[in-house]
Amino acid sequence: MATGGASPGWRGFLPREAFDTLLRALEAAGYECIGPRVEDGAILYRGLSAGSDLPQGVEEAQAPGHYRLQHTDTPRCFAWAVGPQAIKPHLFTPREALWETERDADGRLTFRPVEPGPRPLAIIGVRACDLAALALQDQHFLRAGNADPYYAHRREGLFLVAVNCTHPAATCFCVSTGDGPQAGDDCDLALDELDEGYAVRAASSKGETIVQQLPLQALTEAQQAQIGREREAARSAQQRTMPAGNLRDHLFNAWEHPRWAQVAERCLSCGNCTSVCPTCFCHQQVDVPTLDGGNATHYREWDSCFTQNHSYIHGITLRPDTRSRYRQWLTHKLGSWHDQYGRSGCVGCGRCITWCPVGIDITEEVSALLAEAGK
Amino acid sequence: MNASIQVPWQAEVVSRVQETPSVFTLGLRLDDPAAPAPYRFAPGQFNMLYLYGVGEVPISVVSDPEHDDEIQHTVRAVGRVTHGLAALHPGDQLGLRGPFGRGWPLEAAVGRDLLLVTGGLGCAPVVSVINYAMQRRERFGRLGIVQGVKHMDDLIWRERYEAWAGQPDTQVQLAADVAGSGWNWHVGLVTDLFDRLGMPLDQALVMLCGPEPMMIAAIRRLLELGVEAESVWLSMERNMQCAVGLCGHCQYGKDFLCRQGPVFNYPDIRDRLGVKGF
Ligand SMILES: Cc1cc2nc3c(=O)[nH]c(=O)nc-3n(C[C@H](O)[C@H](O)[C@H](O)COP(=O)(O)OP(=O)(O)OC[C@H]3O[C@@H](n4cnc5c(N)ncnc54)[C@H](O)[C@@H]3O)c2cc1C
Ligand code: SF4
Ligand code: SF4
Ligand code: FES
Repeated sequence: MATGGASPGWRGFLPREAFDTLLRALEAAGYECIGPRVEDGAILYRGLSAGSDLPQGVEEAQAPGHYRLQHTDTPRCFAWAVGPQAIKPHLFTPREALWETERDADGRLTFRPVEPGPRPLAIIGVRACDLAALALQDQHFLRAGNADPYYAHRREGLFLVAVNCTHPAATCFCVSTGDGPQAGDDCDLALDELDEGYAVRAASSKGETIVQQLPLQALTEAQQAQIGREREAARSAQQRTMPAGNLRDHLFNAWEHPRWAQVAERCLSCGNCTSVCPTCFCHQQVDVPTLDGGNATHYREWDSCFTQNHSYIHGITLRPDTRSRYRQWLTHKLGSWHDQYGRSGCVGCGRCITWCPVGIDITEEVSALLAEAGK
Repeated sequence: MNASIQVPWQAEVVSRVQETPSVFTLGLRLDDPAAPAPYRFAPGQFNMLYLYGVGEVPISVVSDPEHDDEIQHTVRAVGRVTHGLAALHPGDQLGLRGPFGRGWPLEAAVGRDLLLVTGGLGCAPVVSVINYAMQRRERFGRLGIVQGVKHMDDLIWRERYEAWAGQPDTQVQLAADVAGSGWNWHVGLVTDLFDRLGMPLDQALVMLCGPEPMMIAAIRRLLELGVEAESVWLSMERNMQCAVGLCGHCQYGKDFLCRQGPVFNYPDIRDRLGVKGF
């Protein structure tokens, strides 16, 4: 096994056949492992019990409004970019029970918080853009002095195994947002995939403990050079870009731009973009009583600024049309986010482009808005 | 797990007053051993009131911050939750969490003339300040109270306004767009009332709440009359689900109403106020 100092760098090479040792080490440390699997024609993060569960040989074709998996003869398991979801639904769950109310025969109420599920998760195969999005969700849900206990509980136990992207999709633009394709140190382990296995780097002390249990071989110079070439190729393969810098003033100055009405003619207000976006955090609360009337559970559920209810106050919907809702999405994500979280809310994952049923492309909308707004 | 800020405490209705056919005031007492005692809040802050099996709504606190034996909320029944709250009676229980948000700048108001402007139906946040100032009259200079409604029947607490009008150094002006017999106040807009107050406004601290178009028109007129923009404060409303800065519904440009508001200093939101879509 290779040994090294605390400084980041490859610790060795994990042959593909030995991938299961990683899962076993994580399980022995108490983690439930989830990772990419093919389900319903998409790559989704689900329970992982062996390396053979991974999407080996699967590549993907992504384009605006288009996502298709294709089977190739590559031995690789991470020869794709991003599926519709990654980390977000495992921390900020689509539906979370917050508290329960018990009502006795006299109508007296007792409130009890619902404890979130017990097992700490290890998520395998997250991308650099997912980690950047996670850092933003952390800022939102773990605000100093006011952390959300449900998110915090899951976040504390989380173990992250990043796999650097070698196959960006046509919809990806993480290079232009500065968020990828290579993972930094916001994870526990970072892997680079080669045909015959993985170069392994420990990025945290938790990761270090796991690395020490892996049957690592020395990483050859040829392998290192290959990884370097693939990383560079992944950067230069990206076709789309998001204009750099803080776009807030440009977008707010374009508040009455005709482009909003043009995009609204295509947009279905379906909210797919906000639900696949790894940084969107909006949710609504609902109260669900049991049939016998003795109990009610209070949930929070994902919501979207594209819904009618999002901006409803008694009798008025403040954003009554698609134009004003699309504008809210873009000016929040790329504008107000700078004031709220110190950076743009877009990490360049391209999901909103791929999963938009009519193929609206955020990078194209932004260029149109900026071009004519005089940027 | 510490979920307290997101989980209600149990509270009991100890009093209920029907103010108008659709407006009522509930006096609540916290019954929960986990609730803070005393319960502390600032005028202008709000609580989330939870009706069993239905949901939560943001409601301002109208009682005096130094009387924590009864936490009062004046509510207009408009929809699912508020109609349900209207059906509660003394002895009934509900959930309460709060207080949330930032209240009125009452420290900065000490020693100054105050102008309190309310319009339409949304008067609870400002009425809490009127009550507060009346209880501590010596701390403030002149007091101007201006209220405008669409129809004279929409005015709640007319007797209180008339009683306040009789207090020293206090000017009250009321207006209704539509009025019938029995209305001896102005017929017209709230913006007509500032000139009738008979008090200089250039040194006054102004607090407003009500429908946005009314607040915008009032601010425009007040600035013409020499009020400084920095002296104008207003209470805003947006959809609220969580009250703790998480759900995203109360966004108002860069601000979350439940954290940076609901009370804002006018210059901080001047760029957005009245712009459709925020
Ligand atoms: C900071 C603040 C303070 C308020 N103070 C008072 C007060 O003192 N007295 C009073 O009568 N009303 C007050 N309101 C308005 C009150 O919250 C709404 O009338 C109430 O939410 C309507 O709920 P509903 O279920 O009865 O109506 P529905 O029309 O059935 O509304 C459905 C849901 O939409 C949301 N919603 C609807 N209207 C509003 C609104 N105006 N603000 C926020 N969420 C809304 C709520 O989640 C509500 O449950 C305040 C609102 C805010 C934001
Ligand atoms: S806005 Fe689109 S591209 Fe940007 S992070 Fe969200 S889903 Fe990804
Ligand atoms: S307002 Fe819209 S863009 Fe912003 S977080 Fe909510 S759903 Fe996402
Ligand atoms: S009410 Fe949820 S963010 Fe303000």
